[in-house]
Amino acid sequence: MSPPDSLTIDKLIRTVLKDHGRLHKDPLAIADQDDLFQAGMTSHASVNVMLALEAALDIEFPDHMLKRSVFATVNAIREALTQLPAAGGTQ
Amino acid sequence: MATDLLPIADAAQAVGARRTRIGIDLVQVSRIAESAARFGDRFAKRLCTPQERADIGAEPARAHERLAERFAAKEAALKAFDLCEAGVNWRDIEVRSGPGGWQLALHGRAAALAAGSATDVSLVLRHGHGHVLALVAAAPSPLN
Repeated sequence: MSPPDSLTIDKLIRTVLKDHGRLHKDPLAIADQDDLFQAGMTSHASVNVMLALEAALDIEFPDHMLKRSVFATVNAIREALTQLPAAGGTQ
Repeated sequence: MATDLLPIADAAQAVGARRTRIGIDLVQVSRIAESAARFGDRFAKRLCTPQERADIGAEPARAHERLAERFAAKEAALKAFDLCEAGVNWRDIEVRSGPGGWQLALHGRAAALAAGSATDVSLVLRHGHGHVLALVAAAPSPLN
C-alpha cells in the first residue's frame, strides 16, 4: 500500500484536530501556521491528537519529536509526519 | 470556571535563572477518562511507567483520577524544568506517592537535562470540581 499523499495527510491532520484537538476554531478552516495552542488546544488535547495520528498512520512519534512545537501548527505536524516512514516520509 | 482557568493554569512561570522555577498544569478528570476510553491502554502506556500503571491499577475505582494526577504532574514538571522543547518522554518523569508525599523521579533524558539545575523539587497535587491541579517547584542547585 502506498503512503498517503500530502493532501490526504493534511485532511487527516485536520480531521484528527476536529475529533481530538478541542479547538475553538474550525480545524477544517484553520490556517496552516495558526498556533493550535492559542486556538484552544491544551497539553492534554495535544496528547490525544498525537495518539490519534499514531493510530491512524500506524506510527509512533519518537522521543525527539515529543515537543510542544511539533504539535503547535498544522504545518509543524505535517512536517513531523513526513519524517516518519509509515506516514510517507523518506527515512 | 474550569474552562476559564485552563489557559492560566497551562502557563509556566520562570522566576529567574537562579531562582525556583514553577510549573503548573490543570487537568479535567472526565477528559482523562474520555482519553482512556478512546485510546484504551495506549493512553496510560504512553504516559506512565509500569510502576505508575501498577499504582493506578491499585485503586480501580479512582483509576482515572490517579491517571489525571500523573499526567498533570508530568506536564507541570516539563514546564518547571523547561523541558517542553527538549523531546522528553513522559515516562522519563515518574510520579511516586509515599509516606512523605508526592515525589518525582527523573530518568533518561529528563534526568540528564535536569541534572545540576535543581536539587530541591516539590510536587503538590490538589483536587477540586472534577479537576486535578499539579504544581512543581524546582529550586536551583547551589553550584549553578
